[in-house]
Amino acid sequence: MTEPVLDAVDIVKFLGHGASQVQALKGVSLSLRGGELVLLMGPSGSGKTTLLSILGCLMTPASGIVRIRGQSVAGMDPEALAKLRRDHIGFIFQSYHLFPTLTAEDNVRLALDVRGERSRRAAKAARDVLATVGLAHKAKSFPSELSGGEQQRVAIARAIVGDAKAILADEPTGALDGKNGQAIMTLLAQIAKDQSRGVLVVTHDPRVIPFADRIVHIEDGKIVSEEAAVPSQRVSMS
Amino acid sequence: MSLKFRLASRNLFHDRLRFVATIVGIIFSIVLVTVQMGLYVGFRRMVTTMIDHSPAALWIMPVGTKCFEDPSLLDDRQRFRALAVNGVAEVAPLVIGYAQWRLPGGTTTPVFVVGSDLQQLGLPPWNVVAGRMDDLSVPGAVAIDGTYFQRLGVSGTGESAEIRDQKVQVVAVTKGIRSFTTTPYVFTDVDRARAYTGISPNKASYLLVRISPDADVNTVRRELRASLSDVEVLTASEFADRSRSFWLFGTGAGAALFAGALLGFIVGTVIVAQTLYSSTKDHLNEFATLRAIGSTGRYIYTVIIWQALTSAVIGFCGAGAIGAVVVRMTAESALPIVMPPALTCALFLLTVVMCVASAIAAIVQVMRIDPAMVFTR
Repeated sequence: MTEPVLDAVDIVKFLGHGASQVQALKGVSLSLRGGELVLLMGPSGSGKTTLLSILGCLMTPASGIVRIRGQSVAGMDPEALAKLRRDHIGFIFQSYHLFPTLTAEDNVRLALDVRGERSRRAAKAARDVLATVGLAHKAKSFPSELSGGEQQRVAIARAIVGDAKAILADEPTGALDGKNGQAIMTLLAQIAKDQSRGVLVVTHDPRVIPFADRIVHIEDGKIVSEEAAVPSQRVSMS
Repeated sequence: MSLKFRLASRNLFHDRLRFVATIVGIIFSIVLVTVQMGLYVGFRRMVTTMIDHSPAALWIMPVGTKCFEDPSLLDDRQRFRALAVNGVAEVAPLVIGYAQWRLPGGTTTPVFVVGSDLQQLGLPPWNVVAGRMDDLSVPGAVAIDGTYFQRLGVSGTGESAEIRDQKVQVVAVTKGIRSFTTTPYVFTDVDRARAYTGISPNKASYLLVRISPDADVNTVRRELRASLSDVEVLTASEFADRSRSFWLFGTGAGAALFAGALLGFIVGTVIVAQTLYSSTKDHLNEFATLRAIGSTGRYIYTVIIWQALTSAVIGFCGAGAIGAVVVRMTAESALPIVMPPALTCALFLLTVVMCVASAIAAIVQVMRIDPAMVFTR
C-alpha cells in the first residue's frame, strides 16, 4: 500500500456567518493514496466541494488536520499554501478555467511559469504533456478553437505538467457528452496508474464509477460510506 | 519571458474598446498636464527674460520692488555712491516704463520702454535680425520685435511713429523678444527712455552693477547695502526668483496652472483606475485560477501593473505626439508652451506613477479573491 499523498482527519468547516451559518463538514476524514482514483460522490449541498477546497488548500478548516505528503498545512499563510498547491496539487475544474487569451500550450505552461520555470525545457514539457493527452496538434490553438473535451484535456495537461502528486478534479465530465466524458475519465485513470499520483474526482455522474478504485459517499457534511470498486465492474486500463 | 507579461498584454488588448478608452483617457490627461506645466515653464522663463539677458551681477532697486516691471524709481545719484564701493567696476542706470505708441494713422497702443546705456553696461536688445545695434545711438532710434509690426503699425526698419509726441524711428528689429503681458517692448537709449516715459532725468528704475573680476559678489553687495539708503541690492538670480515668485504665486497665475495640472492628473488617474478595475473584474476568474494553481500574489500584481505600465507607455507616446504639435503651434505666441527634456522626463514619470497608482484599486480587488471560487463559477 502506498503512502497517502493527501489526507484529512476530522475536518470541521462552517460556512456563512451569524444566523445563516451552516456546518458544511462535520468531522470528515479522507485520504488519497498514490496509484488510486477515488470518487467523492454525494448530493448537492452535501459538502463535496467544500471538502475538495480544503483538501486543495484553497480553504482552511475550522478544526481538523490536512496533510499534503505527510506535511501538515495547519497555520500556513496564504503564500505558503499557494506554494504547496503549485508544488503538489493539480486542479481540474468542471468549466475548465482556461485562459482565453493564451494558446493551449501557454495554458499548460502557465502551471510551470507560476513556479518560476520559464526555460525552453518548460515549453517542451508543456508540449510533451499536451502530446500525452492527445493534443500535440492543437498546441497553438486558443481555447475558443477547441471542443469541450479538448479544453478539459488541456486542463488535465495543466494539472499534471508540474508533476503534482494529488490531482483534484471537480466534476470533470460535468460539461461533456458521454463519449468525451469517458475519454476524460480514461485519461484520469491512466494518470492514477502512476503509483506516486492519486486522483480524487468529485462527481454526480454514475457513468464514471467503473473508473474508480474507491468510492466515498458524503451526505450532510459526513462520510456515510466508503467502498472499494468491484473488480468486475472496473474499466480495464491495461 | 514570463507568461505574465503575455497574459497582461493580451488581457489589455483583448477588449479593444476599453483599451482605446483607457489610452484616450491617459492622452487627454497627460496633454492637459503637459499644457499646464509647459505654460508654467514658459511663463517662468518669460517673466525673467530681461533679467536673464542683462550682464549685471547686481541689481540696485527701490525697496519693495516686486518684479522687473515694477514702476518704482530710485535716485540716479545713488550711482555715484555705488561707484565708490570697493569691487564695483561699473554702474549703469536702467529705465523702464509704459508709454503710448502713436501709429502713423493716429491711433495709439501701449508699449513697454526699456532704456539703458547702449555703449556700456545695459540691457540692449538681442536677437537682432534687421538693422544695426549701432544705429540705436541716433536720436529717436528704437528697436522693436518683428512679431509686433502689425500692432505697432510698422513693417520694418526705417519706419516712424511717435511716443509722447516725439518722433521715433525703427532702426533695429529683433526676433522672439516677447512679453507675457502682450505689451510690446521698445528698446532705446536711457535718456530717451526717460523722455518717452516722463521720468525725470535724475531718476532710474534700476542701477545695474558690474563688479571687478577679482571681487566677491556677496562682499560687494554687503558694502553696497551699507553705503546706499532706501534701496535693495540683489543678485541677478535673486531678482529673477523674486520676479518669478511675484508673477507665479503673488498673482495666482502659477497656482492656477498647477491646479489645472493637478486636475489633469486626477482625471487621468480616475479614468485609468476605472478601466483597470473593470478589466480586473472581468478577469477575476482567471486571477482566481492563477491563485488556485499556486501563483504568488506578486505574480498576479505584476500582471496588473504590467497592464498599467503598457497603458502608460502607449498613452504617453500619444500624448507626446500631441504635445509636440502644441509646443510647435505656440512657439511664436505671446506665451509659448515650453517642453524642456527634464519636463518631458518628469511627465513620463508622472504618467507611470498615475497608471501604477490607478492599479491599486484593481490590486486591492485581487487581494480579496477567494481562490475557492474556482469551484463555484
